[in-house]
Amino acid sequence: MSAQNRPSHEILIAELAGDLAPVTPLPSPARRASIWLAAVIFIGLCGAAFADLHAVTVRLAAAPDMWIAMAGSALTAVLAVFAAFQLSLPDRSRLWAVLPLPAAMMWIAASGVGCLRGWSIPGTHAVTTGDERDCLLIIVGLSIPLSALLIVMLRRAFVLEPALTALIAGLAAAAAAATLLNLFHPFDATASDLAVHGVAVLVVIIAIRLLGARALGSDQKFRATV
Amino acid sequence: MQQPVDTDKRDARLGAQMASAQAGDRNAYAALLRDCIPLIRGVASRRAPPDRIDDIVQETLITIHRARQTYDPHRSFTAWLTVIADRRALDVMRRTLREGHREVHAPLIYENHPDERVNPVIAEDRDDAAFQVGRAVAALPAGQREAVQYLVLQEQSLAAAAQQTGRSEGALKVNLHRALKALRAKFERKPLQP
Repeated sequence: MSAQNRPSHEILIAELAGDLAPVTPLPSPARRASIWLAAVIFIGLCGAAFADLHAVTVRLAAAPDMWIAMAGSALTAVLAVFAAFQLSLPDRSRLWAVLPLPAAMMWIAASGVGCLRGWSIPGTHAVTTGDERDCLLIIVGLSIPLSALLIVMLRRAFVLEPALTALIAGLAAAAAAATLLNLFHPFDATASDLAVHGVAVLVVIIAIRLLGARALGSDQKFRATV
Repeated sequence: MQQPVDTDKRDARLGAQMASAQAGDRNAYAALLRDCIPLIRGVASRRAPPDRIDDIVQETLITIHRARQTYDPHRSFTAWLTVIADRRALDVMRRTLREGHREVHAPLIYENHPDERVNPVIAEDRDDAAFQVGRAVAALPAGQREAVQYLVLQEQSLAAAAQQTGRSEGALKVNLHRALKALRAKFERKPLQP
């Protein structure tokens, strides 16, 4: 009897073939990322209904660092979610995790420039402790539904790298939330304000990395033999 | 060159079989899984010693089953399979190392340790058949020992045992088959003493 046709392999093959049910191949990573981004845009449109869009436009136009940071966070969200869906497939390279990094660097750098600006944006008020708390709550609060949806969508695949995939998913959710925060940010960026943003983003990324990795890796808690 | 063309043909054939399996064709699926075994063994042999190859083959087959919706028929099946097999090989080897650190194989210490529950006067006469079988079962690898314990000694159903052990029903069946084969071979070499 050849090694290939060991009885134990034949038993397992018969078991698996008997258990076979039709499955629909997953849509491409680009399409799945588009669905998630559509949810982000929907939340943004809902938020825009309550925001002072004129004030947002004035703020962004007055200081280039503001709209460059917003563009950076938006681009980070787009690239990170695409990378996460790539990583969720077994035959895709881990190098996809690097895709959102340049945009993230642009986001961080532009945000930091805001602290160095020697003048305040017209029409804004000085940030208070309550404002900073609200920023933290908005980023974390928006990240929860976005990351939950993303983890549910990722679980439909078969994630071989749950920790890395969850990390990039957390980055996507945090970046999307930070982008949407601009709708509710009627004050200029300060060092403490940006520090709070940074803390909120890190909290989201770490939380999703820990919780998401368990959720994405739970399907793999099985063992065939010793 | 002939070899790359044969490789491409094989990849195309396997990809077509997988597409049929995704549609629910059980015959194509069974043939595909059999055809995958040599490829999996090739990948596994680069990572693991020969005594672990069968474990890696089985875990990879189960992963193929659970991940079949992720295969894109427009992409290489062999590449998809290779990554899965390689990852499962790494997982098996990591688990082997962890269990090796936790468990101590010291048969002489085990044999020489006195059992305080046993009357020393009659201890020498306690080498009966049940005791011999119990020792043989205890000497089995952990997965096989679990299968005997839950399915035979505790008479649990496959579903209940799978839930308790975290192993698939197919894996439990395979482990039980191997355990019974090992015990049969052992007592054929050295029959039970009455």
